[in-house]
Amino acid sequence: MRWLQVPEVLERVYVQDLHREGDCRWRIDPTGAMRVPAVIYADQALLTDMDDKVRQQLCNVASLPGIVGAAYAMPDAHWGYGFPIGGVAAFDAEEGGVVSAGGVGFDISCGVRTLVSSCTREDVRGVQERLANELARAIPAGVGSTGRLRLGDRELDEMLTGGARWAVTRGYGSVEDLERIEEGGCIAGADPGAISQRARHRQRDEMGTLGSGNHYLEVQWVAEVHDADAAAAFALVPGNIVVSIHCGSRGLGHQVGTDYLRDMVIAAPAFGLTLPDRELACAPIRSDLGARYLGAMRAAMNCALANRQILTHLCRESFRSVLPGFEGHLLYDVSHNICKEEMHAVDGRPRRLHVHRKGATRAFAPGNAAVPGSLRTHGQPVLIGGSMGTASFVLAGCETGEALSWSSACHGAGRSMSRHQATRQWRGRELVDQLAARGILIRSPSLRGVAEEAPGAYKSVERVVEVAERAGLARRVARLEPLICVKG
Amino acid sequence: MGEWRHFSHGADIGVEGRGETPSEAFEQAALALTAVVTDPAKLRDEVSVPIRCRAPDLELLLFEWLNSVVYEMATGRRLFGGFRVRITDGELAGEARGEAVDVARHSPAVEVKGATFTELAVGRDDDGRWFARCVLDV
Repeated sequence: MRWLQVPEVLERVYVQDLHREGDCRWRIDPTGAMRVPAVIYADQALLTDMDDKVRQQLCNVASLPGIVGAAYAMPDAHWGYGFPIGGVAAFDAEEGGVVSAGGVGFDISCGVRTLVSSCTREDVRGVQERLANELARAIPAGVGSTGRLRLGDRELDEMLTGGARWAVTRGYGSVEDLERIEEGGCIAGADPGAISQRARHRQRDEMGTLGSGNHYLEVQWVAEVHDADAAAAFALVPGNIVVSIHCGSRGLGHQVGTDYLRDMVIAAPAFGLTLPDRELACAPIRSDLGARYLGAMRAAMNCALANRQILTHLCRESFRSVLPGFEGHLLYDVSHNICKEEMHAVDGRPRRLHVHRKGATRAFAPGNAAVPGSLRTHGQPVLIGGSMGTASFVLAGCETGEALSWSSACHGAGRSMSRHQATRQWRGRELVDQLAARGILIRSPSLRGVAEEAPGAYKSVERVVEVAERAGLARRVARLEPLICVKG
Repeated sequence: MGEWRHFSHGADIGVEGRGETPSEAFEQAALALTAVVTDPAKLRDEVSVPIRCRAPDLELLLFEWLNSVVYEMATGRRLFGGFRVRITDGELAGEARGEAVDVARHSPAVEVKGATFTELAVGRDDDGRWFARCVLDV
C-alpha cells in the first residue's frame, strides 16, 4: 500500500528561510523531508514574538504523508504538541493521508459558543453582582467539580452519538439551538465502541461542567461593530448583552486523546513512520487505527457539543432567575480542536480532505451550504475568545480564506507568558480587585488559577484579529467587552 | 533524595523528577504534577490508591504512569501528595497517597488534562542521577 512506502520520513529541520509573501504571509519552502511548504500568517511583530518551535513544528507537520497544499500557522500560533497550537493541515486519504491525535489535541472539540440577547448593558449593571454570584453557583467549574447528570452506559452511548441533539431531547435548550451548531449539533460517524472504559469512567460525573485553565463562561456586551450588515444578521446590537462559553469534551475527550496518542506512537513503526516528535503520532486514515480514532474523536466531539448545550441551559436558567424574560438565542457554536472531513478546491478540483484544526477555527465563506441559511449571506461566524478581562471578537468567514488556509482562522489571543511567569508577576486577589474596579466581575474557585490566566499573560487579541483580517482569513464583525467572567 | 522542578512550555507546563533510580525520578515527577494543581505539602495522607502500568520502554512507562495518576485524580476527585513506585521489567507497581479535593483548603489552580509526549525523556545526567520529564497539557 502507498502509505507504507515512506522513505526516510521526517528528519528534523532546524533553520528556515522565511519568504515574505505580502503583508501578513510568510512561506518556508520545502526542504529535507517536507512534502509541502509551511505558511505562517502574521505581521512582523507577531512573527518576531512567535516561538521558534512554531516554525519547527510546522515544518514537521509539512512532512507528514498525504498532506495537501501547505501546513499553516494562524496569527495566534504558539508552541504546541507535535502540531503548533494555531496549526491547520489537510490530508487526502486517497494519497496515503494520515489522521493525527496530536493534531487534534487532548481537548477534543474545545470550542466557543455565543448567545445573543436583547438585554442591554444597563439591564445587567443593576444586577451584575447578583448575576455573577448566581452563575458561579449554577455553573460547575474548576478542579473536582461535578455536574448534575450521571449517565449510565446506554445513555452515555446515546450522548456520544447524539451530541447536542441528545441534550435537547433531555430538556437542555431547544431545537432552534441546533441549527446554529456545526453539523446541526450532531457529528456523524461517531463510534462509542472506540471509547475506552477509562474515558467513559472519566466522564461519569463531568457532563455539564466548565473545566479550568482558559475555559470560561463570560457575560459580555457588544462594544463596537466593524461590519454593520453582518452584525445585524448576527443580531449583535451595540450595547446589548451576549454570553460566550469556552470549553470542550472534558475528561472523556482528554482520555481519548491520551489513549490514541499512545496507540499511534506504538503503531508508528508498523506504518513505516519515523516521527521526529512522538507527539506527531498519527495513523493512515485508511487503517483500522485511523478509523477507530476518527470514530472515537467524533464521539468526543458530540460529548463537547452536549456539554456546551447543557451549560447553555444552566446559563439561561441563571439569567432568568435574575432577569426574568431573558432569552439567549444561540448565534453559533464552533470548535477549534478538530479533524473534519470537508470538500475543498485543490488546483480547481474538489477534493475530500481531512482538515486538522488545532487551535484554529473553521471560517466558511458566504454562500457555503454548511453555514445556517439565516447567516449564509454573511459567512460563518468565527468566535474568538480573548483573555479574562480583555475583548473578544466575532468575525465572519470570507471568500479568500478557502485558498489561504482551507477556510480557517485564529482561535484566540494565544499565551505570551508561561503560567509560572504569570504567577510570579500577578496575584489573583489583586487582579480580581483591579478588574472589579473596571466593572468586570471575576468568579473563580481558585485565585492561583486567576493569576495564571492574567490578561497580561496573553498576546493582544486585537492585534491577532486585525492580522487575521489583513491576511484575508476572516473579517471583523464586532468587538465584545466582558462584564462577568466565571472561570474554573 | 529526589527532587522535582517545573519548566516552561508556552501555553502549558513541564514537570521533571530526579532521583537515584528511575523509580525515584518517577515519584518526583508525579509530585511535580501535583504541584501544578496545588502545594503537595498541604495534602493530608488519608487515602491510598494502587496504580499499575506497563509499557515497552521507560519513556512510554512515564507517560502511562503520569496519565494513570491524572486518571485517579480526575475520577476520584483526589489530590496526591505522596507516591511510591517500583519498576521491574517494564512494569510499574505504584501507590498514590492523598485526600479528596477540598477547594477552600487546596485552592486548586488548574486541572491537568494529560501528560504528553512533548519533551518526554527518561535518562541519566552526567552525575549519574536519573531524570524523568514531560510537558503536561493543562
